[in-house]
Amino acid sequence: MSILVGKDTKVLVQGITGRDGSFHTKLMREYGTNVVGGVTPGKGGTTVDGLPVFNTMHEAVEKTGANASVIFVPAPFAADAIMEAADAGVELVVAITEGIPVNDMLRVVRFLEEKGTRLIGPNCPGLITPDEAKLGILPGQIFKRGPVGVISRSGTLTYEIVSHLTANGLGQSTAIGIGGDPIIGSKFIDLLKLFKDDPETEAVVLIGEIGGTDEQDAAEYIKSEFNKPVVAFIAGRTAPPEKRMGHAGAIISGSSGTAEEKIKAFNAAGVPVAAEPAEVATLLKEKLGK
Amino acid sequence: MKLLEYSSKEVLKRYGLPIQPGEVAKTVEEVEKILDNLKFPVVIKAQVPVGGRGKAGGVKLAHDKAEALEKAKAILGMQIKGITVKKVLVTEAVDIDKEIYAGVVVDRRTKRPVVMVSSEGGVDIEEVARTKPEAIHKYAVDPILGFPAYKARELAFKVVDDPKLAIKFSSNLVKLYNAFLGLDAQLAEINPFVIDKSGDLWAVDAKVIVDDNALFRHPDIEKMRDMDYENLEELEAKKYGLSFVALDGYVGCMVNGAGLAMATMDIIKKYGGDPANFLDVGGSSNPEKVTKAMEIILKDENVKSIYVNIFGGITRCDDIAKGLIEAFSNMEVKVPVVIRLTGTNEELGKKMLEESGLPLVTASTMAEGARKAIELAKG
Repeated sequence: MSILVGKDTKVLVQGITGRDGSFHTKLMREYGTNVVGGVTPGKGGTTVDGLPVFNTMHEAVEKTGANASVIFVPAPFAADAIMEAADAGVELVVAITEGIPVNDMLRVVRFLEEKGTRLIGPNCPGLITPDEAKLGILPGQIFKRGPVGVISRSGTLTYEIVSHLTANGLGQSTAIGIGGDPIIGSKFIDLLKLFKDDPETEAVVLIGEIGGTDEQDAAEYIKSEFNKPVVAFIAGRTAPPEKRMGHAGAIISGSSGTAEEKIKAFNAAGVPVAAEPAEVATLLKEKLGK
Repeated sequence: MKLLEYSSKEVLKRYGLPIQPGEVAKTVEEVEKILDNLKFPVVIKAQVPVGGRGKAGGVKLAHDKAEALEKAKAILGMQIKGITVKKVLVTEAVDIDKEIYAGVVVDRRTKRPVVMVSSEGGVDIEEVARTKPEAIHKYAVDPILGFPAYKARELAFKVVDDPKLAIKFSSNLVKLYNAFLGLDAQLAEINPFVIDKSGDLWAVDAKVIVDDNALFRHPDIEKMRDMDYENLEELEAKKYGLSFVALDGYVGCMVNGAGLAMATMDIIKKYGGDPANFLDVGGSSNPEKVTKAMEIILKDENVKSIYVNIFGGITRCDDIAKGLIEAFSNMEVKVPVVIRLTGTNEELGKKMLEESGLPLVTASTMAEGARKAIELAKG
């Protein structure tokens, strides 16, 4: 098992004819992902690498039976694309796009709550179940199948930590980049709940950063309900307040969202926090008694 | 993008919020001209992008022209939290009867816009939240339904006793929510919202933060960017698609990805160094971005060494190598450069750097690179 994506995931790519969309469609298929088509309004009836392109998500879902979508649509149009995917009835939407206005996302998440659609991202690298499917832009070669679930607010930092996990023989069940924006579809806590019920996942790595309180909420949940070993990393211990550190969501506002308070919350929940990325694998080995 | 008080008031006025007459000035002469159109007493307020200016002596009342000029002279050029005051807002004073807090903010936890009011106006709302949380009243807006007038009245009646004034205040709350939406704000705050002795309402201080991601549909607000207080290197970096934040240390950093860039700063600190900056060259990096990044890092005279830490995913190591080689041929790089290159096209990138004969120090792990960069910085 694993969570969210696997061999049965049938994927549509929204924005498939664009530069990023077509490039990553190719890489996703090379990895083994079952991509069944794509959508670009106005380009219906054409093909990309032999895949059918449709004008609307409704038509694409009807013709292909897809149950997931990956979005590479430019920021000004991405919120609309997410809603179109949800309206067409796919269960999972993965929004890679960076720079979607926050107020657009507030309406989107409200709409998705009503539709019961799960959103990963936006501003994320996507997710991967090694050897089965990858939805997004993660470099497939660094992942290896195994018992560790990974949830991260970052992209390249995830790769850094995963490469240490893999090198230490700690493969992954599913690894998810949840995105660096202030308003995201799925938070740590939402995915911890899925990992809790996944028999393959024996332990979880959480990769957080400054800004917001999602790590603190996750720590609370772990303390009261999560029964598998967890190790965390928090980026931004040296970040100054009131400055956006690349990610729109990585900002210490007033006195809240500091690395210090997140580390404190994790420690209080019995979750060790690695002092540097390489230490995550070491701490996890200790936790698992390996 | 954080708007200063005078710009915040300018944009809130468009939504019908009550703003007192006043203007912004950069010199005492300009203040003198503005005074011709205002009634005394007036308030001279330092315009700086940090809080706590009242306590620092940056806000003064003046009863006549001579006093106003004297106060303006004292405030212009003063230091508030390390920032030199370059402009002041001159406005008519109000006769305060009651001070209220009103704000609309994006709440990350509930994923809703939240309207907040408090009868404890005029003080830091975070402080109120800590010491007297029961004095803050909130309503989480359903972004599809909007902010209904009856909810605005419910909130208003909790903080204003006089029913007529409460209703008047509630219509201003609706205007504030409309401004929040229309401006694509992450925060629209009026603190204090003053009821004066004749029963009029005034937005006496205001703060608006506009979502950077939404600036593409607000070119007029982009123009309000206050060049007197912006970090020019940060703006320059942004133009090239780089995220850059200047810090006080001496190890310059160039990293791909925001999370890894923060972690790189942290690891430099952990091994006893001090990062000079945060710099994310972005995902699909092209060689030109790398060259520009080097240029921006090298402008900082405190930089004693540079650490380039790349984990190639979409970013290709050969693109980074190409950019570095170009940077070295275009400018004089006087400080040692440590590079850690791994991931997509790693072999090709390393080969290119090796063949270029550039004086680069290589590292195979993130920690090793950090240690070497610190050592070299210390000479």
